[in-house]
Amino acid sequence: MPEKEIQPKAKEEAPAKGERVRSGRVFLPAVDIFETPEALVLVADMPGVPSDKIIVDLRNNHLTITGEINPPLGEKETLLVQEFYTGDFQRDFQLGTLIDQDHIAATMKDGVLRLTLPKAAQAKPRKIEVKVG
Amino acid sequence: MPIFTFREPGWDLFREMERLQRRMSRLYEETLGPALSRWRAGVYPPVNISEDHDHVYVRAELPGITPEDLEITIHEGNLILRGERRIPAEEKDVNFHRRERESGFFRRVVRLPEAVDPAKVEAYAKDGILTIKMAKPEEVKPRKIQVQTA
Repeated sequence: MPEKEIQPKAKEEAPAKGERVRSGRVFLPAVDIFETPEALVLVADMPGVPSDKIIVDLRNNHLTITGEINPPLGEKETLLVQEFYTGDFQRDFQLGTLIDQDHIAATMKDGVLRLTLPKAAQAKPRKIEVKVG
Repeated sequence: MPIFTFREPGWDLFREMERLQRRMSRLYEETLGPALSRWRAGVYPPVNISEDHDHVYVRAELPGITPEDLEITIHEGNLILRGERRIPAEEKDVNFHRRERESGFFRRVVRLPEAVDPAKVEAYAKDGILTIKMAKPEEVKPRKIQVQTA
């Protein structure tokens, strides 16, 4: 298999939604979303966000993920070259599937959030038996 | 203050050009800030470089990367970052709605703005941010000069 090189992409800034208390930029994390028969899984790249600064909010099928970063520079550092901007992450999703809200699981490792949203019983796929009549 | 002055004798074109260039870059820095250097390289991963009194820092956002996937080399004032960002495959029965995260190889050379001591380099990855901390050699560190009273 040929080697695939990663192409750089500028971080996309999140559309402004009201004013924020915290100053600084907000970016849209890159996400993978996939479905298994039991759950909807969302994986988001949020570099610089520690695991205790993640907020996952789900109400009426509206999912919001927010992550706050720690200060990107040490106290006495001055920036010499800047190729990427740093800032918090936030993104909204409208879920089409009914979610079992009591069993949502979230893990955060090395700046990657993995959110498992189990489907509610009535949303799981069912095989329909066709009867011979 | 005039930007370009013509002086005879001992006028040196090259020195004059240098002066002009310095002033222009200072003007850019003042008005546009560090945003100017953004995206000049166009090679993954983008880096931010900063310094304090004793160290030069290079940082890159590499979410999900582990130390085994990275190879860091310092060679003649260049920092070489090589590695692979892996996204583990999911089980077979999944169907994707969105796939925005990227995986693959990268190899990037970053020209260091200052001399560093290749023996005093530390690299650590935390929350998906790789930081390479390089010590400045003693001779390039800013030094305070005490003015002595005669």
